Amino acid sequence: MAEPFAVKDCALISIGTGERAQNLRELRDRILTTQPGSIYHHFWGGLLRPSFDDPEYQNDFAAWAGRGLHDTRLAERLSLIDPSEFQDLEALRRELVEVVEERLEETEMVPWAKSDHQFYFVRSQIVVFDTSLRVKDVDGWAALLPRFPVSSIFYHFIDARRRTESRNDDFSEWLLGFGDEHTQLIYRLWAIDPYFSTLSELKSELASILGSYLQARQGQ
Amino acid sequence: MKNRLEDYAKIVGEDVIDQIRQLAQLLEGAKVIHVNSTKEGGGVAEILQWLIPLKRQLGLDVQWRVIRGEESFYECTKSFHNALQGNRVPIPESLLRAYEETNRKNAEEMRDELESADFVFIHDPQPAPFLQFCPNRKGKWIWRCHIDVSHPFRPVWKYLRGFVQGYDASIWSLSEFAQPLPHPAYLITPSIDPLSEKNMEISQVEIADARERFHLDPFRPIVVQVSRFDRFKDPVGAIQACRLAKKFTPFQLVLAGGGATDDPEGARMHQEVADAAEGDPDIHVLLLPSDAHRTINALQRIADIVLQKSTREGFGLTVTEALWKGKPVIGGDTGGIRLQVINHHTGFLVSTPEGAANRIRYLLRHRGKLEEMGLKARQLVLENFLLTRHLREYLTLMVGITHGSQERIELF
Repeated sequence: MAEPFAVKDCALISIGTGERAQNLRELRDRILTTQPGSIYHHFWGGLLRPSFDDPEYQNDFAAWAGRGLHDTRLAERLSLIDPSEFQDLEALRRELVEVVEERLEETEMVPWAKSDHQFYFVRSQIVVFDTSLRVKDVDGWAALLPRFPVSSIFYHFIDARRRTESRNDDFSEWLLGFGDEHTQLIYRLWAIDPYFSTLSELKSELASILGSYLQARQGQ
Repeated sequence: MKNRLEDYAKIVGEDVIDQIRQLAQLLEGAKVIHVNSTKEGGGVAEILQWLIPLKRQLGLDVQWRVIRGEESFYECTKSFHNALQGNRVPIPESLLRAYEETNRKNAEEMRDELESADFVFIHDPQPAPFLQFCPNRKGKWIWRCHIDVSHPFRPVWKYLRGFVQGYDASIWSLSEFAQPLPHPAYLITPSIDPLSEKNMEISQVEIADARERFHLDPFRPIVVQVSRFDRFKDPVGAIQACRLAKKFTPFQLVLAGGGATDDPEGARMHQEVADAAEGDPDIHVLLLPSDAHRTINALQRIADIVLQKSTREGFGLTVTEALWKGKPVIGGDTGGIRLQVINHHTGFLVSTPEGAANRIRYLLRHRGKLEEMGLKARQLVLENFLLTRHLREYLTLMVGITHGSQERIELF
């Protein structure tokens, strides 16, 4: 029997790192040296900070390539980078540099932005705290899920992949503690692509998977 | 009657309020002081008017103090404001001395209180030197800059930097405003209070009354710009845009603004705008008292389109207010307006009166697009620019700064 699941919540605040880039070469150089937290912020931070649900570009680097540099080809390639595919932030950083360098080699002129459209590097500070909500089992999880703040979904479903050795989300880690009992549910959680959804959409998707899983169990 | 935190749950959801309460528990009883230069007029005072009562409801011991000075002090700080936004205005030595002396006197009066506080938030340059007059301070001191300092007049910034570099942290509205300083530069965008007199729902009767009071024709479209009479808000550019667009489509322009008590230039600028509008019955220049919140509310709701033709803008709370009322905004491509006016989604970004004129024509011709943008505009504010998000970020910063600038703080 697994321990009760302790629901944590988190709040994020952005901090400017003071680094900036006005052209693509400067962007490459800053990406090489900026702290990992900044790479993380520019891929995932949009979920927790004020932002517009951008249908065109999936991360800040892609958005700047499109709107600052006006380099649509680069913007599309950067948009395709899915951070959840990479083992850690250093691997993500290498991929980012790879895509930027490939573009630098292709172009005769280094793409540049106007001085008031520079790329500013930002990192986050995350405060994590206990909500005092506890979940004993899968039924309890389904009942309590509507009360989970969306930022707790971020902490347990997205942030967990960076924080835990297994690179799993916290929910499936917890379910693994029940032995083979919830293997089907775990597989369904692993199949969720968290990158192209808002946190509210993720929460709804989790609720829907849980609901259909419990319904199927009752029918057995 | 101040609004209670739970009143906002109907708008933003219970979970958002729960989260704020949990964060605030970590700071219960903390003594907090905010210092700025005016109780009324302008965005900073408006933010403090809601922020402070809500922090008190959450169990924090919060005070609001205002620095007061003679005319020369305000002349000096208005010059700072202009210089930080890029105007090359050298400031006479006599005004700088008046500025420092005013700060010394005010800080002396408040010293005991300031030195014993757990958190002191100093807003904008006016009271920035307070820090150096409080050598025995025990808490964290944070300088909150509300101004667009992306291209400051360097000599003035260099002078002010001497006063702000000793703070434990600074807060900026946008990353592009943050100047290099030897402490963490937190980024917090401002917000509006959806239940304040300026933003609450009001009746159609009240809206119709305002239309009648200002002699606005109900049968022709109305474009409204609400802002202080300040050069950087470019009210004269708004009039030029109106004149260009009116050649093609009939509408009325309302330029409505009040003065802040710390802005000695306001009256001069108002006269300049009145002169520019003279002789045109379709341009209405309204000088409103600083507490005319419901009137502003009504004017923004009367508007078909809201204009904010600023050439520099710290954030642009009047843009937020308009978006919240479901109005597309045609805004200057600068500062915080860019964060709110998502080009072609919640409005249009423009760089010239000609650009503004084109967009006015376009939106008045395409009513469907205007409505669609209005819906997106309100949603953008709901998700990002209401005071609950702002309050959460202040609390997060306060918890964060007491634990250093480390990336992750786990409190369980």
